[in-house]
Amino acid sequence: MKPIPAVLASVLLGASSGLLAAERAIDTSRSTLSAVFTQMGVPVEAPFKRFSGRVDHDPAKPADAKATLDIDTASFDIGDDDYNAEVRKPEWFDSAHYPKATFTATGLKPAADGSFEATGTLVLKGRKAELKAPVTVKAEAGGSRYSGVVTMSRKAFGIGDPAWDGTVEDPVKIKFQLFVPAAR
Amino acid sequence: MTMPSPPVPADRYTTTAIALHWLIALLIVGGFVVGLYMTGLKLSPDKLKLYSWHKWSGMTVLALAVLRLVWRGRHPPPPPLPGQPRWQLQAAHAAHLALYGLIVAVPMSGWLYSSASGYPVVYFGIKALQLPDLVDKNKELAALLKEVHEWLNWTMAALVTMHAAAAVKHQLIDRDGTLARMLPWRHRHRSA
Repeated sequence: MKPIPAVLASVLLGASSGLLAAERAIDTSRSTLSAVFTQMGVPVEAPFKRFSGRVDHDPAKPADAKATLDIDTASFDIGDDDYNAEVRKPEWFDSAHYPKATFTATGLKPAADGSFEATGTLVLKGRKAELKAPVTVKAEAGGSRYSGVVTMSRKAFGIGDPAWDGTVEDPVKIKFQLFVPAAR
Repeated sequence: MTMPSPPVPADRYTTTAIALHWLIALLIVGGFVVGLYMTGLKLSPDKLKLYSWHKWSGMTVLALAVLRLVWRGRHPPPPPLPGQPRWQLQAAHAAHLALYGLIVAVPMSGWLYSSASGYPVVYFGIKALQLPDLVDKNKELAALLKEVHEWLNWTMAALVTMHAAAAVKHQLIDRDGTLARMLPWRHRHRSA
């Protein structure tokens, strides 16, 4: 058992760092999240229209940064009703059973070029896998923008009817641009 | 100033012009039929394959059409056979001009439509051959360009039908050897 002063100190420190770097909600009206898939060699980018998330990032302590992102899988909009209906089917996102995908990042590792690498867990269609995403943080008026592109395997998450394997490639790029307002 | 005169028999199109004519004819008839068929299909991998083939064939037509216009600029066609009414020559000339325009305009409208729909054209599915998007993704513009592409295609279909009917009329009714000038093989009476 820890001595009481140490417990007290850690509680106080925790509280103070919590004050400095409060968890803040992503301003989705100024953010975009999209996936680029490739069909017949043609890259097609489509946005997720609904997502939400929170970021807890004290620039002085990148290793302690945390973020969560909830994505509404039924909000993936390819811009065509037939496509959108296809991609919500059980063989793809199965949005009826798995309406949400969640990415939880813990810790930003600084990279040489001033960017970061976020390590996190993606839960999609009931499957879980670790994902490392390069992240660039840019200060903007009123907050910071976190952006990056990460490539993932759709098949690793059971996304896709095998009948389409010859037409739609396995790697899918996820592009994100998340704006987090500064704490007031 | 004198223009270099190519060694072409005056009564026949050049071999290059004939090859380009029939290659483009084959591709536009094929592309038109595939285009009509594919749009009615339910979404499936086969539908996407047909769309890709349709686009690749269209881009091939565009490249061949440019080659053909350049060739035509340097190699005048044989003069029309004598004894035809003036209106007929004028109609044929106008139809030929329109067809030259359409073999460029139809694939261009398809390319624009594809760009506006958010689908870049990737020639033969080869990433290095991804064509630039001519316009940004825009739903309203895509809907308009779809109409334009269809309208240009029906115009071309009507003109191609007239063009082919005129060739048949020359061959079977006038029996004047106009068609032979564009046939890939030499007509028998030429060797006599």
